[in-house]
Amino acid sequence: MDGQPQSKDFSVKFTMDEAQPRVLDRMAQGLLGTAMDRPEGRMKVTGTAPYAAEYRREGLVHGMLVRSTITRGRVTGIDTEKVQSMDGVIAVMTGGPLVRNPAQGTAHEAPAQSLPEVFYVGQPVALVVAESFEQARHAAQALTVTYDRADGADVDPATASDTETPEDDVLSQGDIDTAMKEAAFAVDTRYTTPPHSSAAMEPHASVASWTDGRLELHGSYQMLRHNVAELADALGVDEADVRIHSPYVGGGFGAKLGIAPEAVAAAHAARELGRPVSVVLTRPQVFEMTMRRSETTQRLRLGSDAEGRLTALGHEDWVSNLPGEAFAEPTAQGTHFLYGGDNRYFAQTLARVHRPCAGSVRAPGEAVGMIALECAMDELAEATGIDPIDLRLRNLPETHPENGLPYSERGLGDCLRDGAAKFGWDTRKPAGTRLEGDWWVGMGVASAVRVNALMNSTARVTLNPDGTALCETDMTDIGTGSYAILTQIVGEMLGLDASQIEVRLGDSDLPKSSGSGGSWGAQSCGSAVFLAAQGIRKALAEKLGVAADDLTLKDGTVTSGNVQHGFADLIDSPLTCEGTLNPGDTADAFSIAGYGAHFAEVGVHRDTGEVRVRRMLGVFSIGRVLNEKTASSQCHGGMIWGIGSALTEEIMHDPSDGRIVNHNLAEYHLPVSLDVPDLDVVLLEDTRDDEANPIQAKGIGELGIAGAAGAIGNAIYNACGVRVRDFPATPDKIFPHLPETD
Amino acid sequence: MIITLTVNGRRTELDLDPRTTLLDALRHHLALTGTKKGCDHGQCGACTLLVNGRRINSCLALAASHDGDEITTIEGLGKPEAMSDLQAAFVQHDGYQCGYCTPGQIMSAEAMLAEVAEGWPSYVTRALDDDPTLTDEEMAERMSGNLCRCSAYPRIRQAIGAVRDARASRTEAAE
Repeated sequence: MDGQPQSKDFSVKFTMDEAQPRVLDRMAQGLLGTAMDRPEGRMKVTGTAPYAAEYRREGLVHGMLVRSTITRGRVTGIDTEKVQSMDGVIAVMTGGPLVRNPAQGTAHEAPAQSLPEVFYVGQPVALVVAESFEQARHAAQALTVTYDRADGADVDPATASDTETPEDDVLSQGDIDTAMKEAAFAVDTRYTTPPHSSAAMEPHASVASWTDGRLELHGSYQMLRHNVAELADALGVDEADVRIHSPYVGGGFGAKLGIAPEAVAAAHAARELGRPVSVVLTRPQVFEMTMRRSETTQRLRLGSDAEGRLTALGHEDWVSNLPGEAFAEPTAQGTHFLYGGDNRYFAQTLARVHRPCAGSVRAPGEAVGMIALECAMDELAEATGIDPIDLRLRNLPETHPENGLPYSERGLGDCLRDGAAKFGWDTRKPAGTRLEGDWWVGMGVASAVRVNALMNSTARVTLNPDGTALCETDMTDIGTGSYAILTQIVGEMLGLDASQIEVRLGDSDLPKSSGSGGSWGAQSCGSAVFLAAQGIRKALAEKLGVAADDLTLKDGTVTSGNVQHGFADLIDSPLTCEGTLNPGDTADAFSIAGYGAHFAEVGVHRDTGEVRVRRMLGVFSIGRVLNEKTASSQCHGGMIWGIGSALTEEIMHDPSDGRIVNHNLAEYHLPVSLDVPDLDVVLLEDTRDDEANPIQAKGIGELGIAGAAGAIGNAIYNACGVRVRDFPATPDKIFPHLPETD
Repeated sequence: MIITLTVNGRRTELDLDPRTTLLDALRHHLALTGTKKGCDHGQCGACTLLVNGRRINSCLALAASHDGDEITTIEGLGKPEAMSDLQAAFVQHDGYQCGYCTPGQIMSAEAMLAEVAEGWPSYVTRALDDDPTLTDEEMAERMSGNLCRCSAYPRIRQAIGAVRDARASRTEAAE
């Protein structure tokens, strides 16, 4: 102990260029991986965790966005005079920085600002600001907007005149046409999935105020470093003049990846009026002004030899988005590396349509692509007479079938085999043979796969002489468990009880992290926290004149060479380190993904075709499990989203003008408690992915949905012999085809 | 207009725009933001609270129509340092993720347990004149007015089931 302020910087910058040793396995605290309760849980269950709309400011006024009622054209007039005289109305704003739709995830620049041009029904065209919420709502409803309508705008992707099939996205390997002709068994089939909504329970909300030219915005956002850049760009100010707080996010699922119309409107109005402004989207506005998942049409071609080994694999898809949007649902993303087959063909066609913006919704790509692939695999299993699990196991390639890269940890085979044993797969009957009372009963299986990505992330950890620690990053917790797992990583590395650790998140002034999304948050930000803690361990080791590996940190003590110290013996002022993680060569040298297997048992009513999920099992292989409780909760969530996309969820667009007809939670059918049986989730034990990142963990937020609906679709077929290829599998698509019963 | 509400045992007089819902009266005028707004249409249940002991969607109620009523919100159930049994069970069983629907789920569960104790049947109750047993299916049906997009449903039911059992054994011990 030198009594001097920390002079040497032990911060760690690290690039993931090669497989990493399992440092965390050598730690002694035993906190990481346990089913620890969420540290912020007490706040959530007592209603004291503050969400965006709940920040009160002196002089706060309320803004209400007004939506376009036309599909395409120009705003020609806004009758501000009529509403200006209404009680409490302060201002009506249009044009300027108001944005057409949210920024796409990681866009890092403002989304389209198109007014007076209108591109879809529901686009924000004006903001009404009043003293109270009730006054703003009334005035917004009373506002008359006149338009110059443009006729003939495309709203249906099937007939849209403007389509793109980017050559860069076409992959043609071998000769799929010949391979399909020569295949012993061949399936050439089409599936469709409807648009979906994230439908997070907390509507998008922003409370904005400006102090000395700097904006402070309480919002509900997933990726603050990008959101700051997007908001600053939209407002024409420096990023340094924007601060976003988002410590609690009431669900994101992709809908809060990019800055959305309400944040820009609130910030703009607050700047113009010199008063704090709150803008909260109504539920219909959430459906219309934020992201939908594109509908998809998918053609699957699978050809195999007599033993069911794939010789041909084709996955073509058709999706849509607004003009000018770069995002296209990456439908076939998982198909590229899941199964083998030498002759392959992939192509995507994007139609430009005047529907609400399409963007990332939980597991973009695999969430819908895996439905079609896994149902098509079931069709091939039926054609070949090979058990669906056996068929999948026969087709796991040795290396990536397109670029030859080795796989990092891939537990798919174990997930399928373990799951089959646990689920009682051997009791599955041939399709349409198990009638119990009024219900046809059947089982289905599907593989789960989700690409795994690492993103730049920085975090700061401070160890205090009294044995408490502080962890700071602009990372968000959108229900995923960031507060819990970052607490556990700090505790494991520094030998501290969870109660001694504070994790501060959701403030854009803190070190910049990956943010939440793409299932990369826990591993990217978790690695940055791990690296910062490694820096602290190194600093402590240096004080003792030993190597960091020779320290044992446990329960607030530091042991080296059989001598135990307290932190106060080693430091007399706070010790701070930053950890910075950069993705590196392993991302290019390995195919890295999370894997799993879904098993579903359903009942199909023999008269009505109603489908009820009776039980479901998910087995997942995700590298290191950081918190058994929050990780399995994430799996539950994904699997239940699978139930929704299999059976009930569907955005319906009016064929005449493209608007969302069912823009509310009574008509867009999320699963409710009675739709969900008790789920079984198994996380394979002692798995580590050494190539993924220094903490050997992979994403879990999206893997649970990938394939889940496919397992249900396959169970429906096994139950009653009806193959649904147009999701969701509502009764009208089943009962006309049901077998006759007495 | 002036109305009086008794919220979590405290009598409060409020001067409100007649258009103010009970939900917005709490959130905007009493700084009680534990009760959440998810849809403002009575479709999601995030705003569930108790009026004179019964659960309602407070977004569908005008504050003016509850003049003189007793309101219990999530803040009236427990505090972070002194959680109610249901609140503690939600933490222990991870009966939430993002936490936004959670206050509504807990208030709904509190009222639901009382409804079962009083013998109210539900859509899945086998016989109308039997005292309903709070099976997992009964819980699922009776909690289906509270949406959870994170989809914590199985663990919400585990949390409620644990409280059902603990309360039953406490009652038994007392008898």
